[in-house]
Amino acid sequence: MSVLVNKDSKIIVQGFTGNEGTFHAEQMIAYGTNIVGGVTPGKGGSVHLDRPVFNTVSDAVSGVSANTSIIFVPPAFAADAIMEAAEAGISIIICITEGIPTKDMIIVKEYLSDKQCTLVGPNCPGVITPEEAKCGIMPGFVFKKGRIGVVSKSGTLTYEAADQVVKAGLGISTAIGIGGDPIIGTTTKEAVQLFMNDSETDGIIMIGEIGGQLEADAAKWIKENGTKPVVGFIAGQTAPEGRTMGHAGAIVGGSEDTAEAKMKIMEECGITVAHSPAEIGKLMFDRMNS
Amino acid sequence: MNLHEYQGKELLNSFGVRIQRGIVASTKKDAVEAAKKLNNETGTNWWVVKAQIHAGGRGKGGGVKLAKSLDEVESISNDILGMNLVTPQTSAEGKLVNQVLIAEDVYYPGESETSEFYISVLLNRSSGRNMIMYSTEGGMDIEAVAEETPHLIFHEEIDPKVGLTAFQCRKIAFNLKLTGKAFKEMTKFVYSLYTAYDKTDSALFEINPVLKTSDDLIMAVDSKVTLDGNSLFRHKDFISLRDTREEDPTEVEAGEYGLNFVKLDGNVGCMVNGAGLAMATMDIIKMAGGNPANFLDVGGTADAKRVEQAFRIILKDNKVKAILVNIFGGIVRCDRVAQGIVDAYNNIGEISVPLIVRLQGTNAIEAKKLIDESGLKVESVILLQEAADKVAEVLS
Repeated sequence: MSVLVNKDSKIIVQGFTGNEGTFHAEQMIAYGTNIVGGVTPGKGGSVHLDRPVFNTVSDAVSGVSANTSIIFVPPAFAADAIMEAAEAGISIIICITEGIPTKDMIIVKEYLSDKQCTLVGPNCPGVITPEEAKCGIMPGFVFKKGRIGVVSKSGTLTYEAADQVVKAGLGISTAIGIGGDPIIGTTTKEAVQLFMNDSETDGIIMIGEIGGQLEADAAKWIKENGTKPVVGFIAGQTAPEGRTMGHAGAIVGGSEDTAEAKMKIMEECGITVAHSPAEIGKLMFDRMNS
Repeated sequence: MNLHEYQGKELLNSFGVRIQRGIVASTKKDAVEAAKKLNNETGTNWWVVKAQIHAGGRGKGGGVKLAKSLDEVESISNDILGMNLVTPQTSAEGKLVNQVLIAEDVYYPGESETSEFYISVLLNRSSGRNMIMYSTEGGMDIEAVAEETPHLIFHEEIDPKVGLTAFQCRKIAFNLKLTGKAFKEMTKFVYSLYTAYDKTDSALFEINPVLKTSDDLIMAVDSKVTLDGNSLFRHKDFISLRDTREEDPTEVEAGEYGLNFVKLDGNVGCMVNGAGLAMATMDIIKMAGGNPANFLDVGGTADAKRVEQAFRIILKDNKVKAILVNIFGGIVRCDRVAQGIVDAYNNIGEISVPLIVRLQGTNAIEAKKLIDESGLKVESVILLQEAADKVAEVLS
């Protein structure tokens, strides 16, 4: 068992033949990920990176039994790509695209509400289950296999945390980058729930940032239902109010959005909070060995 | 992307939202002409002179004043134009006023009392839906209302399948205790307002106050409009509404180079790839006893040239006493970033502040070698904690 993606996932790339899609598909294939094909409207029937190209996601589902999709299409068309994947019966949809209009994501969220699928992202680094599947843009070599699950809004901060975990002598079961947009598919709480139910995960690292209520929601759930040690960090303790810090969702609007407020709730809910981003790995090690 | 009050009002009005009418002016002469024209068009004999800057609380800083004659329009405009307006939402230096809006007087006496409301349209991040937030307590700081009298703030969430419904518009007007003509006016106002928000792909509308006039008209007296920057590809005509004079010039320049930069007040500059790691790096600077001078995400395609530009931008701030470079290479190769640092040193000339470089991830070993062999006075570290310790050391 593992979370979201594994060696048996049948993965397609939407936006397969574009620059981004091609580059990252090559990287994922080199990692050993089971990429079974891709979708580029109008290029169906051709072959790209030794794999079949389809016109529609439906064709890819019937043609190569795809059950997972990773999306690299440009922001103007990304919401449509997510909905196409959901309609075709894809069960895990991972959207890397950054810059999708919020209005489009409101429609996507509504559209997905009665579909049997899980969306990760958008504006995220993707998901990696080490030695099985890299379904994202992260550097694979950082994520050594182990039993710690990581959920994070940020890309490079996830790599940083994974690196610290590995250097502390532990490893990663699965790392999920949920993305930094105001509207995203899988929330922090839902990712934590997946890890709590995963027999291959013994501890969880939860990395958030300023803005929104996702970390507080997850913390409250953990307090009631948590069965595994959780270490948390919130980036942006020094971020000024009212300014967007890179990620569209990373903005302090009210008092509940601040790093301080989130860290307080997390501590009250029994999460070990790293006050410095340099101590995430060490704190996880200490929790696992106490 | 933020708009000025006058731009926001024009946008709203184009969707049928009633507004306090006005004309924008950049000189006192234009201001008087605008006042005369407004008198012709609306019959107003008094005018409100309103500073146009991207910050709230303008009245508190002396940026909104009533003029009861053309002479007063001229003298007040003369005072406000060119002033550095300090409000609770600006820095201590304030913001330079380049334009004033000459607006009609809408608080004229009549059959009924005037009253003010608060209405905003925004995303409810928890539900992933838009909502209308409104209150009977108009013209006040809404955060204070939320704190002191939360029962006076109402919400109406919009179902994306059907949009704003007629019964929701009525509910809002009832909750605002309106009757008769004003009730009807309010339902129309709310509907037009939401239509404008929806059609323009906006991220935030805040109308404070919404006024009920003495003859029961409902209108927007102020407007705060924020457009969704990610939607501008669908609204090319909105791009010209951006007023870069309202932004930090260094931030504008950084944007032109594809750098995501936010100017801050501290003494340690930083250059990072990724927004989350950039915020974490700012945090670690603070913990090491410094204060971050900026947020800077060089992005996923940081190459030597971009790194050099980032250095130039950080070094424009003479408060910077040290620079911390923190790159976690994934797709970005650390050796390329290292080359950028070496190039920057050679091209910019004397960089007098200490530089702490932490390059981790793809090709980190090659990068460290490149830096070490360059002979530059650079503190090269591997771990994040070591970077923090070095920051503390150079500041002490």
